Amino acid sequence: MKTYFSLRHRRFPVSLHIHKRTLWVTLLLALATLVVAIISTGMGEMNISPIEVVKVLLGIGGEQETLIVQEFRLPRIVVGILVGAALAVAGSILQGLVRNPLAAPDILGITGGASVTAVAFLLFFETLSIKWLPGASFIGATLIALLLYALAWKKGVTPLRLVMIGVGLKIVTSAAVTLLITFSPFLLQNRAILWLTGSIYGVSWDDVTMISPWIVILLILSVIMTGRVNVQQLGSEIATSVGNTVNRDNFLLLLMCTALTGTAVAVGGEISFVALLAPHISKQLVGPSFGSVLSVSIFVGALIILLADLVARVAFAPLDIPVGVFTSAIGAPFFIYLLYKKRNQ
Amino acid sequence: MNALLPNTFLKLLALCISLVLLGYLAFVSLVYGVVDTSWQTVIDAYTNFQQTNEHIVIKEVRVPRVLNAIAVGASLGIAGALLQSLTRNPVADVELFGLNAGAAFFIVVAVTFFSISSLTQFSWIAFAGAAVAGLIVYILGSFGRDGLTPVKLTLAGAAITALSSSARHGLLVLNDKALDEVLFWLSGSVGGRKLEYLLAVFPYMIVAWLAAFLLARPLYTLMMGEDVAKGLGQRTLFIKIAAGVTIVLLSGSAVAVAGPIGFVGLVTPHLARYLVGVSARWIMLFSGLLGSILLLAADIGGRFIAMPNELPIGVMTAFIGVPFFIYVARKGLERK
Repeated sequence: MKTYFSLRHRRFPVSLHIHKRTLWVTLLLALATLVVAIISTGMGEMNISPIEVVKVLLGIGGEQETLIVQEFRLPRIVVGILVGAALAVAGSILQGLVRNPLAAPDILGITGGASVTAVAFLLFFETLSIKWLPGASFIGATLIALLLYALAWKKGVTPLRLVMIGVGLKIVTSAAVTLLITFSPFLLQNRAILWLTGSIYGVSWDDVTMISPWIVILLILSVIMTGRVNVQQLGSEIATSVGNTVNRDNFLLLLMCTALTGTAVAVGGEISFVALLAPHISKQLVGPSFGSVLSVSIFVGALIILLADLVARVAFAPLDIPVGVFTSAIGAPFFIYLLYKKRNQ
Repeated sequence: MNALLPNTFLKLLALCISLVLLGYLAFVSLVYGVVDTSWQTVIDAYTNFQQTNEHIVIKEVRVPRVLNAIAVGASLGIAGALLQSLTRNPVADVELFGLNAGAAFFIVVAVTFFSISSLTQFSWIAFAGAAVAGLIVYILGSFGRDGLTPVKLTLAGAAITALSSSARHGLLVLNDKALDEVLFWLSGSVGGRKLEYLLAVFPYMIVAWLAAFLLARPLYTLMMGEDVAKGLGQRTLFIKIAAGVTIVLLSGSAVAVAGPIGFVGLVTPHLARYLVGVSARWIMLFSGLLGSILLLAADIGGRFIAMPNELPIGVMTAFIGVPFFIYVARKGLERK
């Protein structure tokens, strides 16, 4: 059996070389995401059976169930999927870009930069529409990413220096956020602290409409870029010699990574370690090719957030634990394991 | 390395200047603030105490604050110097290595599950937390063929910090009462702590300061390499364990008094080395002294920048420390 099959069309300029295993894994994970989403929607203070949830989604459910599912549960599930996918893809891009398995937007301070401008936006631009929040956090994420590159640049960028300086920048950004919180009114303080741990508590359809266009466009863009990144993984010399514009591509990819991170942070706050975990799990499933990792990681990320948020919501009910607590409870030991595995490199 | 101060006379002179500077900062911190007073009032508060507002402020708020800053700053500075020689790592610090986070996590666990609030127990728990976190980071950092490297240590520290701080957040969400008790302490500050907190751990601090001074030279020998030190007849394991215990005592008692404060111990050993060159004991002495000065200055800065609000001192030290950290990381961590 062949590992790849090709997809071409006679008239349109479409040509895809599809890894069969990736296709299967992606489809399976998409199905799993759907199932978990439906089950999770049903669980909570009032349990609704999965069949009832499906009925509601098809528009034939009971009145009370429809209200609960549509107004309270579903926005949170959808945001969870979107944020998970965004973080996972941001992580995959960054790891492909830096070629360092320890790189993740939250470890390198990019998420922190997004938080700084997001909190500042909430503080100083109260009059502006909240729709600009993803834009604000995108700017912060991009500035930190550029600063990171500039500071790590010394006749080229070594992955190690990049990670060290990233750790430093992360600490500065969290100090800056603390600073902003000290000056903010009490109401915002609570929200900001919850946000810093990462939580999708109390999101509404407004949040969904705020972030979904950004995330969908960016996901499509990142799929378009996959071919170029695949080549880049062989080294920038080879990528240059097959005609890639390496520096411009890198810059574009970096922007996409920061845009995805910024959008996710605007709603979910600093949900840590998802961006680190998802690409690694995907690599285990389908191998290191960037295109495969990207498409699989979308659903891996969504699943991680869905499951972590389900536990956060249900396990300690009526308390609602920030989802970030659980993602880092899984992610930090994994990070340590990676460190251990890489010990001789 | 060329020292700025090559001979003993200059070093003693610098010592005197630093002490005068420390005294001046203490004076500023005592006298000025939201309520401005005068030197005379400060003396009166002790010799001729009346129940006036100013006297109470000085006795109950300002004096403990200054003493806390000096003791904690010195401890953090010395702990940093010890860590940097023990791990042969220019970017070692109690915050970066997760010692602060470990101590904070243990204290939150103690308050949540065992309802502990006595001061002496607090400090022992902080010691335990710092020790466990430090040990884990040390073990994780020394995996692999090339032994302890700055990068591995920093990353292991970052992972341990992330893990314990998220566990801490989870516990605090579960338990509102603990949140109230601990949140203030977790923000890291030398103000608002009664003098008893400091007195409870002060004996440990003194012992650890003396131990650090005695360990300075053996550690310096150890820095030249394990084999060299053994060849010179040193019991290297004993020295390492003693240094580890001292670091834990210093950082644990600093955390017990002031909450997690980072980067003091990162900066001061570098400054000390720049000043006095390669003499181990002088480096230890100046690390401690500069630590006090730095923390006191950061505290004054935090109080005055946004008066009448206060900036958390951890924010101030991070803003001073991180640019320094980045500078050192850029300069090159590759061992020469």
